[in-house]
Amino acid sequence: MIAIIDYNTGNLRSVENALNRLGAEWTLTADPEVIRRADRVLLPGVGHAGEAIGRLRESGLVEVVKRLRRPVLGICVGMQVMCRHTAEGDVEGMGLFDTRVRRFHSQPGDKVPHMGWNTISNLESKLFKGIEPGSYVYYVHSYRADLCPDTIATTRYGAAGQMFSAALKYENFYGTQFHPEKSGDVGERILQNFLKL
Amino acid sequence: MLAKRIIPCLDVKNGRTVKGINFEGLADVGDPVELGARYALEGADELVYLDITASKEGRSTFTRIVERVADRVNIPFTVGGGISSVDDAAALLDAGADKITVNSAAVANPYLISEIAAKYGSQFVVVAIDARTIDDGSWRITTHGGSRLTDIELFEWAHRVQSLGAGEILFTSMNHDGTRSGYPCQTYAALASALDIPVIASGGAGSVSDIADVLTDGRADAALAASIFHYGEITIDALKRQLAARNIPVRL
Repeated sequence: MIAIIDYNTGNLRSVENALNRLGAEWTLTADPEVIRRADRVLLPGVGHAGEAIGRLRESGLVEVVKRLRRPVLGICVGMQVMCRHTAEGDVEGMGLFDTRVRRFHSQPGDKVPHMGWNTISNLESKLFKGIEPGSYVYYVHSYRADLCPDTIATTRYGAAGQMFSAALKYENFYGTQFHPEKSGDVGERILQNFLKL
Repeated sequence: MLAKRIIPCLDVKNGRTVKGINFEGLADVGDPVELGARYALEGADELVYLDITASKEGRSTFTRIVERVADRVNIPFTVGGGISSVDDAAALLDAGADKITVNSAAVANPYLISEIAAKYGSQFVVVAIDARTIDDGSWRITTHGGSRLTDIELFEWAHRVQSLGAGEILFTSMNHDGTRSGYPCQTYAALASALDIPVIASGGAGSVSDIADVLTDGRADAALAASIFHYGEITIDALKRQLAARNIPVRL
């Protein structure tokens, strides 16, 4: 069973639909017991990262997530709240990934949010088994995580070609800045890889 | 590098995909869910579904189609047509849409944009702008499928919707829509440099060159088209390969 953590982070339907297409069983829950017992845990997230981490903290879920020993995948803002700090709201995150999340430093001509299909490179995890470097994934975000030793995929964006962490991994914790649930067949394969870790 | 997006647009009436030439003489081109899934398989980067049904029964048919699309398709999709309140937008979000598009209702009530953006984020709000030139050559906004001319100037309106929280602009030239004579690239380029949000070009594509031009000279971030795909003149995959051959970054 996959637990999708429910913390009022907006619409989770696309994540649910993606798991349905893979034939995976899931439950949407905020119950610490259900989360601890799950084989896989998904931490989705849309909206404001500072508010997201606040809600997770209030509901006591930060400590629950940090102690999990089975694979956990944070998606987009879900990944950002697993980092050490985010500039969105200037708040401490869970500190699972040793990196900071900052707003895109936009150069003239760059559009923020970074929205649309971009390529992932430097793929260094079983999460990307069968995925070619240069494959396209779907992004919608204005903040991005710095490169760090936990980086397992990179993307470049903007006139200056800034490189950021497309995905992160520390022990059993994984995070993707892009949306695998909206990234076509490539995203479906990444989710499938996560289920098979 | 961020790819230029190719977006097929499906007009839906009473549960079926239709495409009008200048919004008249609708021809049935199939089940919208099946057609969307086929486009996704062929390499569409997003899909847009527009509800062109006027009736209440038609609206609930459309919402069920949105749910089926969300179940089936693994790429982002936008829905629109007749959204005039936050509740309308919320119902489509709940049905699984990634973005909504507003047009005439936003002209009538610009705060609709800020209300939806504040609640669901700018990335959820695509503002469609239909405009045409008047005698002095300047652009004016039209509503209701181009049938009503307003005195709102295009660039003023584009700036306003951006500051109200629009995440993208879908601009259609009513001078070109349905003519298949290409896009007004200079106007697109001026919009792209005036705005910080992506511009999607719509209406007027007759050939691969037209689309290539608006993505390069016109600096559009994406191109939306309907009839050239519906009638099988070119597949999305073939179009994207031809764009790639012209050094335009596309997802293949």
